[in-house]
Amino acid sequence: MTTTTTAPHGASAAREIAEAVTVRFCGDSGDGMQLAGTQFTNTSSIFGNDVATLPDFPAEIRAPAGSIPGVSGFQINFSSHDIHTPGDEVHALIAMNPAALVSNYKDVVAGGIVVVNEDAFKDTNFDKAHLKSNPLDDGTLDGFRVYRVPMEKLTAEAAGAFGLTTKAVNRCKNFFALGIVCWLYERPLDPIIRWIETKMGKMPSVADANIATLKAGWNYCDTVELFPHAYRVPKASIAPGTYRKITGNEATALGLATAARLAGKPLFYGSYPITPASTILEELAALMHMGVKTFQAEDEIAAMASTLGAAFAGVCAATGTSGPGVALKSEAIGLAVMTELPVVIVNVQRGGPSTGLPTKTEQADYLQAVYGRNGECPVAVIAAATPAECFTMAMEAMRLAVEYMTPVMLLTDGYLANGSEPWRIPKIENLPRIKVKHPTSLNGDEHFMPYRRDEFGARPWAIPGTAGLEHRIGGLEKQSVTGNVNYDPDNHQAMIIQRREKISKIAERIPDLKVEGDADADLLVVGWGSTFGAITTALGKVRATGKKVAHAHLRYLDPMPKNTGDVIRSYKKVIVPEMNMGQLLIKLRADFLVDAQGVNKVKGRPFLVSEIEAAINNALEELAK
Amino acid sequence: MKVEVPVESLKPTDFASDQEVRWCPGCGDYAILAQVKKVLPTLGIPKKDFVFVSGIGCSSRFPYYMETYGFHSIHGRAMAIASGVKVARPELCVWVVTGDGDGLSIGGNHLLHAIRRNIDMNVLLFNNRIYGLTKGQYSPTSELGKKTKTSPKGVLDYPLHPLSVAIGAEASFVARTIDRDLKHMGEVLERAAKHRGTSFVEIYQNCNIFNDGAFSYSTEKDTKDDTRIVLEHGKPLVFGKNRDKGIRLNCTEPEIVQLGDGVTEDDLLFHDEKAPEPSLAYLLSRMHHPHFPEPIGVFRAVERPCYENALADLVGDVPEPSNNDKELDALFHRGDTWEVTN
Repeated sequence: MTTTTTAPHGASAAREIAEAVTVRFCGDSGDGMQLAGTQFTNTSSIFGNDVATLPDFPAEIRAPAGSIPGVSGFQINFSSHDIHTPGDEVHALIAMNPAALVSNYKDVVAGGIVVVNEDAFKDTNFDKAHLKSNPLDDGTLDGFRVYRVPMEKLTAEAAGAFGLTTKAVNRCKNFFALGIVCWLYERPLDPIIRWIETKMGKMPSVADANIATLKAGWNYCDTVELFPHAYRVPKASIAPGTYRKITGNEATALGLATAARLAGKPLFYGSYPITPASTILEELAALMHMGVKTFQAEDEIAAMASTLGAAFAGVCAATGTSGPGVALKSEAIGLAVMTELPVVIVNVQRGGPSTGLPTKTEQADYLQAVYGRNGECPVAVIAAATPAECFTMAMEAMRLAVEYMTPVMLLTDGYLANGSEPWRIPKIENLPRIKVKHPTSLNGDEHFMPYRRDEFGARPWAIPGTAGLEHRIGGLEKQSVTGNVNYDPDNHQAMIIQRREKISKIAERIPDLKVEGDADADLLVVGWGSTFGAITTALGKVRATGKKVAHAHLRYLDPMPKNTGDVIRSYKKVIVPEMNMGQLLIKLRADFLVDAQGVNKVKGRPFLVSEIEAAINNALEELAK
Repeated sequence: MKVEVPVESLKPTDFASDQEVRWCPGCGDYAILAQVKKVLPTLGIPKKDFVFVSGIGCSSRFPYYMETYGFHSIHGRAMAIASGVKVARPELCVWVVTGDGDGLSIGGNHLLHAIRRNIDMNVLLFNNRIYGLTKGQYSPTSELGKKTKTSPKGVLDYPLHPLSVAIGAEASFVARTIDRDLKHMGEVLERAAKHRGTSFVEIYQNCNIFNDGAFSYSTEKDTKDDTRIVLEHGKPLVFGKNRDKGIRLNCTEPEIVQLGDGVTEDDLLFHDEKAPEPSLAYLLSRMHHPHFPEPIGVFRAVERPCYENALADLVGDVPEPSNNDKELDALFHRGDTWEVTN
């Protein structure tokens, strides 16, 4: 569906032009803040802004209402130019209760806008948030522009006429808040109204109540002239094409489904629900009509094992999980390495170790991906840098798996998974095709040789149902070529080397590592995965001050592009920002003998642009000494 | 160059691989291998469509000895791997070979879930009540008090009974047979192969090295007629050398009765493998030596939809890859889209 956009009707206030704005909605996890944020993102995308989002929700579904652990937030950065991060500082905060306010107001810029649901600021809620006084009155918010709106009372009036229960009426208040923000930033209401009609069409009174509340929020601003002026964020100038908004997990699911579809094969996706990877399983479960078979396994181990079984049977096979799940899958990943079958393992990384921070983001599974199995057990490891890039890299993971007959680990993270950005919808003819070869005749004189390799080191993918190629594979060491069980010492070492070389050879058919920024700088920033946005933005800011700095972002982590060593050795100084304690750093230092320095943050939250900027400036100062 | 043997001329020897069989001399596994090779050619299925999947343990070497597609996997995971094979390609004929340790200990969870999904595969659980490959530790089916290398004072943990577990997991086909009774084994394997859904077969298998004679009560000529009872659908439960004893229900408990003196076969429990509720099959699975004769044969055989077929009914065909794939293009354009022009 293509939408033409109209400006909101009758906006009367003066407009101030803003280039980029960051808004954060926060409230109880039951207040519908994720929904308000998502709808605001959609309408901003459709309006023509570039967008980047950061949902931040608690691990508990419904922590006690009004408590700080129960606060759920959704941040969106929308802009008239190209943006890469959800924004460091918040320009407008919408807080639905005291707990949400006190846990979020510190991120608001000095002089920024704070809109509160005044009805929730009462003694019982102060107690739940462990507050001794009303933060609206005790000076907490000095220096901000605070707008008190009795949202619950106004929602009751707007939504009360549709025969809903008091509780159901009160649940509409997120749309009142959304109406306010739409007025403030001149967002069109049509896409939101259309969404409500589609999603709630079966309950017309609920849909009507929400639409009325949304409009009431907008009209309230217009009528009482709540804000002295509104803001206009003009459309961004981005590459022409048809766009939609996409989250990382949506893109991963779509990439896997598309790769299989263009290989002319069904997709088998075996998975066990785990935050933050579950939505990939959910997305794919909705694509059965496209030839996708999802299998919700009994545990992580069975998810991996069934996926391997499906690969043996001859379909495109993938599984997805997060770090703790990878730990459980590791033995079966080792079996996939030994049996040299094509499987994709998506790790949507979250805060660890152990259960860690399920809903927060981290990049601390890099070494697990590269080395985390028993024995010499190499798999190909790649990583997506942005939510939309998850589509491309999921397709690439499947291509590598099938062409090299190997497990491929695709690393994303919670920030990419739940974050969203506009995705330029590709033309099918421009997408890569995976060429699948299944042998139908013998490759040996008398017997089929399951471990006779091709020029890439890949073994043949002979599948059950092919007459004459019956063969056995398994986890015991294989004799080279024949695949028979073999305990010969020289054969074992030869097979170890063959398995490693097969992965290393992938470097011959992947793009070189590109350097962005000033190729002649003395300082190189090397990143991987979701730090891309913060690094790119920070680089732009530093270079705008006339300083020189370069950036190389690794999408291929094992093997790395074949020019990686040359690139990083050619700079005087190399810094490596990572949301871990320095894992890629260890690998770069070990593989290339460079004195690279880590910039490390492990807080369950992505880097702020300002943090990378500071790290770059520090490094430049050290170079100048 | 090998030539494919037509289905109707397949012989047991066509299913023998070129690998040397390496079980200990005298192991019960040999008899099972021979019977499986005998049954497969009778099923009318081309050799290319058989897949044997196993885990780890002595029994799990089985696929190496079969000239079919085979996957010798990792400890306990055969059921999960086989589930993936069958769900991906429902037209294949999938067999799982496992043991009491592989299937009920490290792989217990997968066994339960494959059975409840009723995925159409044939599961042969070789029960020898011991860990053989790791050389003599107790297994989850070892009897209480059994002295092994890891239970020098006798086993303390209560054993599982494989058939009770399978019935509890909603199995649609449950049977038991014995490595020494070749004819019976052949019949049970054939029934299992023809059943649609997960066929769970416990095979009493003698490990002559680490647990010799574990089932001798049910295999020795002079005792077996009194210690086992052969189940037949619709027939009364009669046993004994002179077929003069039977099993009668006393309220909900089975009891052994002597036929004659007013007790006739009509008073006995009649076997009904098709009973909608599994209560009778469960009751039979609880009859253990030495208190009762142990039933062999088909305990339960009911029809229930198979997961992989139900799923396949929902899944669309994959067309030839095309730049004009309208379905894929529509998927790309799902939800709100917007045009950006220069």
